[in-house]
Amino acid sequence: MNPVIALHSSEGCATAPVLRQRGQREVFCGLTGIVWLHRKIQDAFFLVVGSRTCAHLIQSAAGVMIFAEPRFATAILDERDLAGLADANEELDRVVQRLLERRADIKTLFLVGSCPSEVIKLDLARAAQRLSARFMPQVRVLNYSGSGIETTFTQGEDACLASLVPVLQESPQPSFMVVGALPDVVEDQLARLLAQIGIERVSFLPARNSQQLPTVGPNTQFLLAQPFLGDTARALEQRGARRVGAPFPIGVEGTTAWLEAAAAACGISPGRVAEATAPARQRAQAALARQRDVLAGRSVFFFPDSQLEIPIARFLSRELGMRLLEVGTPYLHRDHLAQELQWLPSGTALSEGQDVDLQLQRCRQLQPDITVCGLGLANPLEAEGLTTKWAIELVFTPIHGYEQAADLAELFARPLRRAQLLRTTTGLAA
Amino acid sequence: MQLTLWTYEGPPHVGAMRVATAMTDVHYVLHAPQGDTYADLLFTMIERRNKRPPVTYTTFQARDLGSDTAELFKTAAREAYERFQPRAMLVGSSCTAELIQDDPGGLALALNLPVPVVPLELPAYQRKENWGAAETFYQLVRHLAPLQKGPGHEAPAPRQPVEGRRARCNILGPTALGFRHRDDVTEITQLLGRLGVDVQVCAPLNASVADIGRLPQADFNVVLYPEVGALAAQWLQRVHGMPFVKTVPIGFGATQDFIREVAALAGTPDKMAAAVLNDGNARSPWYARSVDSTYLTGKRVVVFGDATHAVAAARIAAQELGFQVVGIGTYSREFAREVREAAKLYGVEALVTDDYLEVEARITELHVELVLGTQMERHIAKRLKLPCAVISAPVHVQDFPARYSPQMGFEGANVLFDSWVHPLMMGLEEHLLTMFRDDFEFHEGAAASHLSHAGGAPLMVQAAQAADAAATATVQAFAGAAQPLEDAANAEHADGADAAVSGAPGAATSGVTSNVISMARWAPDAQKELQKIPFFVRGKARRNTERFAAERGLATITVDTLYDAKAHFGR
Repeated sequence: MNPVIALHSSEGCATAPVLRQRGQREVFCGLTGIVWLHRKIQDAFFLVVGSRTCAHLIQSAAGVMIFAEPRFATAILDERDLAGLADANEELDRVVQRLLERRADIKTLFLVGSCPSEVIKLDLARAAQRLSARFMPQVRVLNYSGSGIETTFTQGEDACLASLVPVLQESPQPSFMVVGALPDVVEDQLARLLAQIGIERVSFLPARNSQQLPTVGPNTQFLLAQPFLGDTARALEQRGARRVGAPFPIGVEGTTAWLEAAAAACGISPGRVAEATAPARQRAQAALARQRDVLAGRSVFFFPDSQLEIPIARFLSRELGMRLLEVGTPYLHRDHLAQELQWLPSGTALSEGQDVDLQLQRCRQLQPDITVCGLGLANPLEAEGLTTKWAIELVFTPIHGYEQAADLAELFARPLRRAQLLRTTTGLAA
Repeated sequence: MQLTLWTYEGPPHVGAMRVATAMTDVHYVLHAPQGDTYADLLFTMIERRNKRPPVTYTTFQARDLGSDTAELFKTAAREAYERFQPRAMLVGSSCTAELIQDDPGGLALALNLPVPVVPLELPAYQRKENWGAAETFYQLVRHLAPLQKGPGHEAPAPRQPVEGRRARCNILGPTALGFRHRDDVTEITQLLGRLGVDVQVCAPLNASVADIGRLPQADFNVVLYPEVGALAAQWLQRVHGMPFVKTVPIGFGATQDFIREVAALAGTPDKMAAAVLNDGNARSPWYARSVDSTYLTGKRVVVFGDATHAVAAARIAAQELGFQVVGIGTYSREFAREVREAAKLYGVEALVTDDYLEVEARITELHVELVLGTQMERHIAKRLKLPCAVISAPVHVQDFPARYSPQMGFEGANVLFDSWVHPLMMGLEEHLLTMFRDDFEFHEGAAASHLSHAGGAPLMVQAAQAADAAATATVQAFAGAAQPLEDAANAEHADGADAAVSGAPGAATSGVTSNVISMARWAPDAQKELQKIPFFVRGKARRNTERFAAERGLATITVDTLYDAKAHFGR
């Protein structure tokens, strides 16, 4: 085992310095969130108001061709839209009208702002109000920005969920809400666990459809399931709800702490959590033990991608014994990640934002056993002899909760096992 | 404002990236917000390139917009030069930067970099990827291969190859992320070599900045991909007097035309050209003539792709495989004229659109038996349960096979024969499986015949049957239902049936898959009659009859309706 593990201080990285550099960022913009949000919210349509680049990005990221009529599209701005904003609004109304006529199944329409729509100051908030007035109650029209000048990758989900908060029904009843899009299977697991510890009535944001939106009020407590929801949390707090601070439900330890925080917030004893979660914990720990053989002592380097880096790094370090060489994140929300940071081994190199060329230099110097990076970097680094893990898979695969802890570890173990299996890694193709 | 669910082409700066990435020592500084870096993964993932594309993105953010995005650009350009030391720089804007009007060209020139800087003006709200590639390549050639004598002169006379040395040409048009460009270049380079022509420069693929400067030293140009190379070739003709070969050698006939055109320009001796024309490895004409191919006759095909590949595919389909071209279309608006001309040859109207829903509607209404299209049409064909072969970009990871697989030259014609005919041939094989599916010895519940010989343990048979039944149930569960599975088998494999029943004229009606859900009811005697039709054309007959009934608003399908439909669709 490596020495870092032994050096846990109670401080961890809570006050650790963070390297901030400014340069080229090799990350997706917030529009990419549509790829999983449209699967999650099953009666919503996402209309990007943007350029051909936006349309091309989403289809490249999502492999859109598989859908006959996906529940997202791009209204591509052309020269005439740029010439006159009045006309652009008329055009937008026409496009929305045509879209909704075709798709009677749509109950919520998100107008999603892009870099071009933000730069020309096309007011999508007003457009959403205007269109909502026209199409309610059949269709509610909301807006948010997924533009690259404002959002990085998962921040698109934050912006989307924040746009839902003002339309949640007000209720003075005590309620408990889990916030952040999770795959249905994970959501169901967590709901079962919460019920077993005695929190029966849990609502989820986003809901699977527009009829099930949670209520909110001064007696609402909410727990974040994802680490990238700063704006959504603020919007909920503005409606009187109270955030329950917790680590994120990644790995056995994180999931347990997350459930304990929920229990504490509802006045339930930790003993009850321990009892209710024992079988799942034991199962997960047994499964993790196998992965630890492959991963313990191996070094890992994170390029920034989804803001999930810090909870995942904490899991890899504490539960699998991996060494953290650098943990990069696009944005570090110190408040929401307070406990996560304490759990990181002290001295871990943290970085926020990116100058990709400088970061590549650091990565090459450190020669990590595994490098977590975006799809634009993975093959070039493999060709240099580094083993990589595509960061996007950490977002598109169910990784939260006990039952997925070993799956998450497997995502890191597989490239390492594969690198050992293949005997043909010299003479890479041009 | 255009509602788009899917786009055949990316924005024009992606075209510029295809040129920059293809070359060996160019760097492209793109004024762009974060997120536009997604384009890198097209090259690293789809094409599996082992290097990052040589592109620096300035990555401006909302908070920079009020301050100095121009300074950001200058810093990025200066640092990119220092870090990557390119021999030439391309500079330009993506769609968002175009709106903030920072003038990357002017800013980069002000840096006084010690290498040529080529500014790109790629209007993102009007133009698309292929245009962007063509314009970028043209600008590179203009900047790096200027006329030595200076501007303002008359066009020089076309040149002749120099006596006493082999002729020299350039290959123009192949790029990174091109549809089979890698293998086409290899194939055509070999072909030219056998015609006594050396390829001096291939550009932009694998070309250096110095290579672009040497372009005018060749005797003529070969434009393999007009969508990208024509603009530069025309300029080289106008300014440097270089003629260019206009035939694109996709298909056996086009390859022969190409050889003749090259031979004329290069002064290849007739005997030498004749030897190349009669290449023994050109197997596709014989394969098409062999009797096994009889069943290809008159198959209804629709063609959609970039203009060059669509026009070429239609010619091959009609002249080299004996198909009937019932539709042709392209998303390349810049080359719509060429496709419309080609469409006239087949007596059809060209579809020029980049709306795939329009393409899908056209393919559906044409009732075709084979789709030759892009990856998008592959998905359309899948939904319509039609065989399909991919003939053109936009590309997919499958379009970069590990094996050698050109589309051009004689080997390319061989590849096309295989890849277009196999989806149909596979039908025949699958069909035989279906033929035996209901056989008393081979039905799903029966054990494998070699296991159930006399004296075999009955228990084993039972176990095998149970396993088979379980397997069937599993398949059905995954397929959602048994019915679509059967439909798929019928639709996809009906093609093979034509070969099997070529001696039974009229048995097969024209094969179509209709999206029309018939409401007509089958009368019991008609249903019984349907069962008498050989099972391998039964699905087709059923669909045709239902379509026939639906089109005429018939409520009931009688025996007469069945034969009326057969007479109507039979050919």
